[in-house]
Amino acid sequence: MKDPVDVLIIGAGASGAAVAWSLAETKMHILCLEQGGWMNPAEYPSTGRDWEAKFYGEWSSSPNVRGRPEDYPINDDNSPIKVVNYNAVGGSTVMYTAHWPRLHPSDFKVRTLDGVADDWPIDYDALTPFFEENDRMMGTSGLSGDPLSPLTHPPMPQQPLGLSGAIIGKAMNRLGWHWWPSDTTVATMDYEGRARCINLGHCTPACAQGAKSSTDITYWPHAVRAGVELRTHCRVREITTDENGMATGVVYYDKDGVEQFQPAHVVIIACNGVGTPRLLLNSASNRFPNGLANSSGLVGKNLMFHPYAQIYGYVKEPTDSNRAPPTCLWSKEWYDTDLSRGFVRGYGVQFVRGAGPVFEAVVSEQKGILPWGADHHRVFRKLNGHRLGFSAICEDLPEEHNQVTLDPVLKDSHGIPAPRIDYTISENSRKMMEHALARGREILETAGATDICVNSPIPWGGWHLLGTARMGTDPERSVVNEWGRSHDVKNLFIVDGSVFVTSGGVNPTSTIQAIALYVADQMKQRLANLFD
Amino acid sequence: MSADNQLTRAQCNDLRTIAAMIVPASDEYKVPGADDPAIQADILATLGRDTALVRQALDHLARLADQPLAELDPAKRDAVAQEFRSSGGAAAATLVRVVLQCYYRDDRVLRSLGLELRAPFPKGYVLEDGDWSLLDPVRARPASLRRAP
Repeated sequence: MKDPVDVLIIGAGASGAAVAWSLAETKMHILCLEQGGWMNPAEYPSTGRDWEAKFYGEWSSSPNVRGRPEDYPINDDNSPIKVVNYNAVGGSTVMYTAHWPRLHPSDFKVRTLDGVADDWPIDYDALTPFFEENDRMMGTSGLSGDPLSPLTHPPMPQQPLGLSGAIIGKAMNRLGWHWWPSDTTVATMDYEGRARCINLGHCTPACAQGAKSSTDITYWPHAVRAGVELRTHCRVREITTDENGMATGVVYYDKDGVEQFQPAHVVIIACNGVGTPRLLLNSASNRFPNGLANSSGLVGKNLMFHPYAQIYGYVKEPTDSNRAPPTCLWSKEWYDTDLSRGFVRGYGVQFVRGAGPVFEAVVSEQKGILPWGADHHRVFRKLNGHRLGFSAICEDLPEEHNQVTLDPVLKDSHGIPAPRIDYTISENSRKMMEHALARGREILETAGATDICVNSPIPWGGWHLLGTARMGTDPERSVVNEWGRSHDVKNLFIVDGSVFVTSGGVNPTSTIQAIALYVADQMKQRLANLFD
Repeated sequence: MSADNQLTRAQCNDLRTIAAMIVPASDEYKVPGADDPAIQADILATLGRDTALVRQALDHLARLADQPLAELDPAKRDAVAQEFRSSGGAAAATLVRVVLQCYYRDDRVLRSLGLELRAPFPKGYVLEDGDWSLLDPVRARPASLRRAP
């Protein structure tokens, strides 16, 4: 039998890396089990001439399409939005757009302010120092002073405006609407061993330059140097418990597929909004027949995706297309509730610079704006390098029928039951998406765009996996308490997006990591009575 | 077994014919069609995980045409192609995508588009910083972050 560790972290992605690094200073024996492996930037798509084609196969954002040994299948047939993620050291920070807004203070008080959903048990101020610490660790770029966003202090200057940004900025100024250079985790100068961005463009499926921050090149090197053990290609099947209802460790399959038991005094789950409920539900036992930490019945419930309403078009001037990071500007013009719009809450906007030639051809053919035959070449030259995009990240309110359960048939390569997603877009979200599309059309038309196309929702847009093990002070209405500890299992913690009470209208990774650092800080402060 | 061995000769012929219908050669733009031998060879060599769906698409095409696609008269061939695209579902979309992804990485095509014949890394691209005075009207707005109680 293996020696017990003090802290066992499951998952080496955004939150697992942050909590590991923060706890390392305690000098406890900390072990992280990760089902994926270390990434090799020399193999990233942008190193090859077939860089765009790879996004349709081995570098697809969908684990079901990608099908790497490190991935697990997800039955998302009953959802208009498909789950996308990445499984490796660094998790989905390996494969994300690096857009870096954070939740607003008002996002933590939606019940009080707008009478919907629930307030969080913590507020923005509790997370502020951890947002700042995380921005330093991840290395953010941006411009302080956005009048409609929380104040941030990015250590690097914002990305260049480029051709696309200037067109968007002019259109937004003509309409009198807010826009601002996005905070991103793209290094705009050499930073902490990372080379500055050289505009490879194909940022989402990993950055060969290392300019895009992912936790395999930010937190993990520090955490490993500080003594954290990271064991890769280890897939956890279940968390075990004793007669007192305390977690005793995990059963996992090692890199050779051999079943192992790893005892631990504390278990921290960092598998995000689908992986975490899947693991808890797979950890059912006689004592916890409905799944671990699930006395509330809310494990897997309240899944929030952020439905994306996307609209794009083509201007006469050239845009940056694939020759720059894809996201450059945001708008918070419609972020807060205005009931005259016909819905509650709101959405953030991220503007998109353009696309590469293969993506442009494939998508435009599918949309019916790029014809077959003799006119193909003329039309393609009108479209390629002229695209501008607008994506609204619509706040998804928690609804219990949107959920992650265990699929009765589908299993992963180790025979572990796979997650099943049941999700519908609410009426409120639909109205929000329609509003966003109408605003996006105004912006694009003001910019002179034609051939306007819509993706609403973006079907392969389930990046943000939130709410399935929500935090709260009431054990009957939440899975973890206000500092991330399970109400039911006193030595079990959750630090990922599943603890979100509401989703806000922004990309969540910054907030997820701030929460992970906050929970780690709470644990350090309470070490003497952590299980009381 | 290589991907090209997984398609029959008849399927390869239909693939070549439909590829030329999607992207024909153009003297005006000085580009080959997608039926060009080098592009066809690239398609067959890199079908990989798409092989099954492409084969399914070609089976569907063969059923619609009921004879080699190239032997149909132009009007009938166009009608079959339209029906193929509208009724072919994910398989037809995959076939079209593999044709386009190989076409738009061909040196002659990229040269015609004015694009460099290289991977993005390690050279990257230059992005102009732009005129940040555009942001002045936004800076002038009063801060109005919604307060939380």
